[in-house]
Amino acid sequence: MCSLALFPPPLPNGQTTLCESNNELLSGNKEDTQNASPLSLHFPRESLKLHSRTESSSKAAFLDHSETLWMRSAAAWRDGGLTGLLNEITDSDSEVPKWLSVGSGCILALLRWISSFHSSLFPHLTLSCEDMIAEFSQVLNWSDCVVRAFAWHPHTDKFAVALLDESIKIYNPKSTTTPTLKHRLQRNVAAMQWKPLCASALAVACQNCLLVWHVDPCSLSTRPSSSCAQVLSHPGHGPVTSIAWSPSGALLLSASPMDTSMMVWDVAAESCVPLQRVGGGGVTFLSWSPDGSHVLASTPSALFRVWETRMWTCERWPCLKGRCQSGCWSPDGSRLLFAVEGETVIYALTFAGAPGVSTSSLTGPQAAAVVADLSETTFHTEDGDLIVGGEIQSLSWDPRGERLAVLLKGDPQATNRPAIIAVFKTRTSPIFELLPCGFVQGEPGVEPRLMQFHPNFQHGALLTVCWSSGRITHVPFYFLSSAVPHVALSGSPSLLHPLERPADFANQSLFTELIS
Amino acid sequence: MFSAGSGYWFTQKVLCWRAAASIAWSVLLLPATTAAFVVLSKFSILHPVRMLADCASVLVSAGSVFSFILLTGVIIMVGFLTFEYYTVIPMIACSKVALLGRLLHPRQLLYCLAHGLMGVVVGWCCAVTIGYRYETLGSVCPKTDGDGPAHMCLNEHHLLLLLEGGFVGLSHGLLGVIHNMNYVSFGTVQQHKYLCFKGSLPLAVKCSAAQAFYSVRNFLVFYFFLGHIPRAWICRSLSLHLDSSAHPLDTISGLLDLSLLYHLWISAAYLLFSWCITLLLFRIFVTEAYSFPVQSTFTEEAPQCLPKVLSEKQPMILKFLALQDLSLLSQHSPSRRSQVFSLSQPGGHAHNWNAISKECLSLLAELTQRLVSYHETVATNGRTKSLSSSSEQKTSSESSGTEDSMSSRPAFLMKTPASVFLRSMGAGPQSPLTSPFTPDLDSPFASPTLRRLTAPLDPGSPWHGSVQSPHVMRRAPKLWSTSTDSQVNGSPPASPASLPSPKPESSRPSFLAQFFQNRREQLPEASSQALFADSQAHIWALEGLSYLVQASFTEDQFGVVQTTLPSILSSMLLLQEAVDRHFKLPHASSKPVRSPVSLGDSSHKTLRFALRATLKTAIYRITSTFGAHLHAVQMSAEHRKRLQHFLEYKE
Repeated sequence: MCSLALFPPPLPNGQTTLCESNNELLSGNKEDTQNASPLSLHFPRESLKLHSRTESSSKAAFLDHSETLWMRSAAAWRDGGLTGLLNEITDSDSEVPKWLSVGSGCILALLRWISSFHSSLFPHLTLSCEDMIAEFSQVLNWSDCVVRAFAWHPHTDKFAVALLDESIKIYNPKSTTTPTLKHRLQRNVAAMQWKPLCASALAVACQNCLLVWHVDPCSLSTRPSSSCAQVLSHPGHGPVTSIAWSPSGALLLSASPMDTSMMVWDVAAESCVPLQRVGGGGVTFLSWSPDGSHVLASTPSALFRVWETRMWTCERWPCLKGRCQSGCWSPDGSRLLFAVEGETVIYALTFAGAPGVSTSSLTGPQAAAVVADLSETTFHTEDGDLIVGGEIQSLSWDPRGERLAVLLKGDPQATNRPAIIAVFKTRTSPIFELLPCGFVQGEPGVEPRLMQFHPNFQHGALLTVCWSSGRITHVPFYFLSSAVPHVALSGSPSLLHPLERPADFANQSLFTELIS
Repeated sequence: MFSAGSGYWFTQKVLCWRAAASIAWSVLLLPATTAAFVVLSKFSILHPVRMLADCASVLVSAGSVFSFILLTGVIIMVGFLTFEYYTVIPMIACSKVALLGRLLHPRQLLYCLAHGLMGVVVGWCCAVTIGYRYETLGSVCPKTDGDGPAHMCLNEHHLLLLLEGGFVGLSHGLLGVIHNMNYVSFGTVQQHKYLCFKGSLPLAVKCSAAQAFYSVRNFLVFYFFLGHIPRAWICRSLSLHLDSSAHPLDTISGLLDLSLLYHLWISAAYLLFSWCITLLLFRIFVTEAYSFPVQSTFTEEAPQCLPKVLSEKQPMILKFLALQDLSLLSQHSPSRRSQVFSLSQPGGHAHNWNAISKECLSLLAELTQRLVSYHETVATNGRTKSLSSSSEQKTSSESSGTEDSMSSRPAFLMKTPASVFLRSMGAGPQSPLTSPFTPDLDSPFASPTLRRLTAPLDPGSPWHGSVQSPHVMRRAPKLWSTSTDSQVNGSPPASPASLPSPKPESSRPSFLAQFFQNRREQLPEASSQALFADSQAHIWALEGLSYLVQASFTEDQFGVVQTTLPSILSSMLLLQEAVDRHFKLPHASSKPVRSPVSLGDSSHKTLRFALRATLKTAIYRITSTFGAHLHAVQMSAEHRKRLQHFLEYKE
């Protein structure tokens, strides 16, 4: 089942994908893309004012001021906890009694030894904060990315962009003001999501906490004060790499690879309920099914969980090879597609009880089915051979369940193996089917880093891609939806009427449930 | 416990069983906690073998079996007290005086004293279990003068543990009253009981250890200064002698004994932890979701069906559980939703939906009314103007005074959060704002006038509901100054109802009254909290209604929801307006101070924010479902404008 070979070949050099129309992807050269969409943005790396100096290096600008040992110990305790205090005592051995410094040094060594055991069990714990976010983020090569996170508003046409300089900008085509959100705690933004059924609330996953911004859509202020942000923090819960609002807008989930429990936040009360299960060593990625009934929670180990949101019980799904890198839900919440690190295939799980599922699978899935094989395929183009395929960085399914975008990692060392977005046509009813659609490519030498579908695009699907150059483009897929648009109705079964497809796709079908 | 009302079956069949199950589980957990306590109390790193042997011998000895039986009794008593005192609507004291009044209420005093007594019992059990020098109260005095009759001497270590148990128990009771420890809040997410318990266990350990630390610190201060009084009293009453050779413990050197401090702390932590577990289990068991049938084929089961239960007033937890069930069924259960939307078999009336929506809408209307009247009462600085309703009432004649002052704040008097006292008093509507000492009417501070004022109001009276006649509104509460209103009436304003000696000849408040007035106004945010004290019910009502309306778009075959859609929308929008206005008050939008880890549930402090968020989400849920169809719904122009904002996602 080598799927990529059935794809139309990638575009020649210099061409970029513009849109899909009449069942084929149209492309154009650079001039066409410049004025493609008014919402296309460009953030050149040079335009961002980055922190040239870290906070620790700014110490050098101040005179050395000797505080008493007590003051320093208190500060160390506040900043670094027990280890910080022990470090401070060990370092200032000239001021403390010999036995104390030696003792604290011994305790420190013992602590490190114990924690090394722990981290040999879970190697990701040794990573630094930024490396950890980069490792588990849905964004390709996060640390080097100008646009670090992107979020469409679920109901309107506005979106938020988190930039490398720790600021968030909100763009709204209907208004000229672009609010810029900055907060002292807003560092290393890994993910953002707007609250559903709300106009203003934006949740931001930061290094040490979660921020929930309340940006009044009618306000003309371009710099909302930091009092508009709620800070949700819990000791030991950071860096936060993934967040997910429940589709009903009532709860917010957050996950950190350092914390074995997943937090369920009641944002209004700023209180949280930790949900903890044995195994995994952290939670890296969360995805709430659009009907609100299930949540995918992947861990840094070869294990992921699917939570049921009524009583919050979970199913364990051990993977064979690596951790679950990414996943996405079908619009009716009955089907989960996921990708595993180290493998080049997409798996599918079908969940019972959700509407639109045949009765044969009511017992629940026993094993995941492979629905697509994205192993490396060589295309012969006029610019030479181009290798496409490999591991999957992220998956994204459009809200109608008709297009599936897959961001393939590629190989940064090899020039002929770039990261690329492969788009499938999908059908979920009456049977699940995958058909090839094409590749979405940008300007030469520019890689896609991050992608997201517009939540309610009227004429089909709209894929927003953030590129490594700092450009954000939108690729529309125009098609007549075979489904009655019930996007706003989460929880209700969407009435799907299969549309007649062109006959030539029938024999190109990559996956149908009939053959599996 | 309750009069044989309509909610009686629930208390009998469900609540009592839940309470009994929670107590049974806490008794079952007691051996584990006790074993942990024994191990920790005998802990010595240098002699591990001896420690284990000690522990084993203690655990099988007769004394420990007896103390274990005593402890079981204590746990059952604690569980019973929790069951008797729990409340789903927190008592919020609007002022320091009110808090004091609540503490001095006989019912609460009884609660604290009972905890103190049980603390002494637990202290004795701890002393017996730890053994060593703590074991008995009296011991034979060491012979000092060679030969003489052997005297019994007081063992001060034992006394210290007993007093400590009593002190910790008493302070636990007092803190419980102050921090609303008896308030039972419903969880954010539904979880199975075991997982819920497992999840909150670490918090219980942390809290009880920290609380034990503070309690022991306070106790040591107490004992250092006042320790000689109970010691002398015990010696006198039991004719024990003070051991002159032993070092007295109420000195700095006597108390600076690490092993003694450790034992004090560990026994306090043990006491608090076992009680915490009982409380925690009770909360978990009693708030477990209960599924009421939507309709029943048998008429005798009709009072147990959801539409009927929703309109119940007593017990309060029944109403809360019914609303929670409504919210859950509207989200998760299509089959039960279809029962809600169904028509009655002969007749074809939508009785279920009508009853449910009517109850929810009346809840929302009542909150709106409460907010509107509060807004009219407060001055712009966010403080209540005065309790002029009570003072005015004194001035007016007996017949009209009651009515007038009541009508000036109709909503408060009628529909205020019920409290723990309601369970014993019946549905006495009380106001958190009108009375200076909070709803606590039995308090010795409450004057007879106040009691009369807030006496249960006949629902049939013309003042029931929203009374806003201009005549009534003219008598809006005034700050108690030389108000023209009262002068016209011929008598000066009185001081707060509690003060027995207002000087009628002076129109200025007395010094004491001023002092009380100042005390009264110290907690400005509390009045806002008190307004929303029972808002969990409103949150569920909003959720239930909005989910049902959303589901009706596809599931309602007979269009039963359509007929009520205009009133649902208008009551939500009215509430939205009232809530928006309330949050413009100075103290309403300030966040409560984050309390450090404590077992008292502080979720009631943020209920108003939760209500605001839920309300917006509920309106958005309806607008996003119906979209442009809402233009066909009849409503006033102002509401339409407001709804348009929601349709455009601009709220």
